[in-house]
Amino acid sequence: MKIAVCLKRVPDTESRVRIADDGRSIDPAGIKYVVGPYDEFALEAALRLKEAAGEGEVVVISVGEAASAEQLRAGLAMGADRAVLLKGQPGMDGLATAKALAAELRDMHADLIMTGIKATDHDQQQIGPMLATLLGIPSITVVAAMEVADGKVKAHREIEGGVEHVEAPLPALVAITKQAFNPRLASLKGIMAAKKKPFEEKEAQLGVDRIRLIGLAYPPERPEGRIVGNGADAVPELVRLLREEARVI
Amino acid sequence: MSKILAVAEQRGGAIRSVSHEVLTAARTVAVSVGADVHAALIGPAAIGSLAADLGRFGAATVHVAADGAFATYSGDAFAATLAEHIRDAGYWAVFFPASAMGKDLAPRVAARLDLPLATDATALDVDNGELVIERPILAGRAFARLTIDAPTRLVSLRPNTFRAQEHAAAASIQTMAATASSDDRRAVITEVTAAAAGNLDVAEAPIIISGGRGMKGPENWHLLEALRDALGARAALGASRAVVDAGWRPHAEQVGQTGKTVSPNLYFAVAISGAMQHLAGMRSSGTIVAINKDPDAPIFKVADYGIVGDVHDVLPALTSAISAMENT
Repeated sequence: MKIAVCLKRVPDTESRVRIADDGRSIDPAGIKYVVGPYDEFALEAALRLKEAAGEGEVVVISVGEAASAEQLRAGLAMGADRAVLLKGQPGMDGLATAKALAAELRDMHADLIMTGIKATDHDQQQIGPMLATLLGIPSITVVAAMEVADGKVKAHREIEGGVEHVEAPLPALVAITKQAFNPRLASLKGIMAAKKKPFEEKEAQLGVDRIRLIGLAYPPERPEGRIVGNGADAVPELVRLLREEARVI
Repeated sequence: MSKILAVAEQRGGAIRSVSHEVLTAARTVAVSVGADVHAALIGPAAIGSLAADLGRFGAATVHVAADGAFATYSGDAFAATLAEHIRDAGYWAVFFPASAMGKDLAPRVAARLDLPLATDATALDVDNGELVIERPILAGRAFARLTIDAPTRLVSLRPNTFRAQEHAAAASIQTMAATASSDDRRAVITEVTAAAAGNLDVAEAPIIISGGRGMKGPENWHLLEALRDALGARAALGASRAVVDAGWRPHAEQVGQTGKTVSPNLYFAVAISGAMQHLAGMRSSGTIVAINKDPDAPIFKVADYGIVGDVHDVLPALTSAISAMENT
């Protein structure tokens, strides 16, 4: 079974972000970059499928600038077999990025394509189903659990207040959410082995980016709050404030 | 006259309230740009009667694809039907709910129509006749303002953010062709399991009670459940990342980055210190209450009201005070 996993270089979720002086980008100074957390869950799910099958190939693929090689190497160190870097600058228009991935994946003939539900920088949550649509294959998004058997993928898709049980014939795409796929740490052996694994680089065939960024802003500051009091004694005053001042209960 | 389409959502024969929010937002923009408001509804044969409900929120025309095959959601089949409807209709904009359905559906429609999509918008504005969209990035640590360079602007709107307002219109109902092919039905829903009754989803609840690592263990969650029950059907439980990573609560409840970004009317942060990624996920809430043992916890900086104290002491008192109030 051949599995392609799409991953993206993104700022670490704990990094404090500063808007750059141009007002349109994030200042990279002091930011630690990581593999997108959801993409890491997808890679973990892919590696488990390969291990369960006892055979197969896991290919990690990314659209990004040259520095994204670092995240692909991290994927190889976790256990992927080879990596493809499509060099280019992915913007906020996910369709432009999905086109670059589709151009590469169309001829790869993977049985399964896996993505995280979203990259945690632009948070658009759109590339998985766009890519599947461009490739003409079925897809299941927000997958919290899955298995592959008899040429089919069976998955649990999270919806508001419940779970849809969905199945689709291979080849298919699944977009993974956090749940059962706690990613493994790369071993020293894995990191050493990663240096010898095939690593291909080519120019990304990005589509035209038709989302025009006007500018970035910080979230609005919240007004200074107040400590109502200590312990259970403060409860009556809190309830009064929620009822009479905030009027939310 | 140009047209704006609001994609409505129904489940189990009822219009979901996020549809009213999307319609209201569509109507607000339509007034600014001088457009007619249309709505689209896809579902099983019986949904025709729901169209009037969409008229109540300002849809002048409701396009209905009612077909037994649409009894359960199918991303590709719904997308095929919508895309064919939108393709040559000349809509100036199409708004989707950024619900579980809309997040799955909108990208499929966008790819079929070769149109860009902006998701999870939190504000819409019209400037010089152009639609300006505001949406969070980096899980709410920053906001982007953008425009879409396409004849039809596809945007999904975050639930609980645009307030629904009734605006009665006599909706004319038109049939939308169900154009899904067999290829569009390769992914099939075989079963839908509901979470336990009364478990409102954290992304949609007007009141959220979230617990953090300071709860010390899953065995103490009954304190939060009791407060939720006292607050009634509008309240849902949430959790911090530490709690989900420890396996105390399911990921569906996680608030913050790699979880959900929420903006309820009232948010209780209980025994949550306030890591940046958590604050980013809930800081747009209406009113924030923090309960924490540590008076220096960062959560108190974003909270409107704070109580310094032990959860075993404060929560039972709060639960009984609210129960007493709700019962009077």
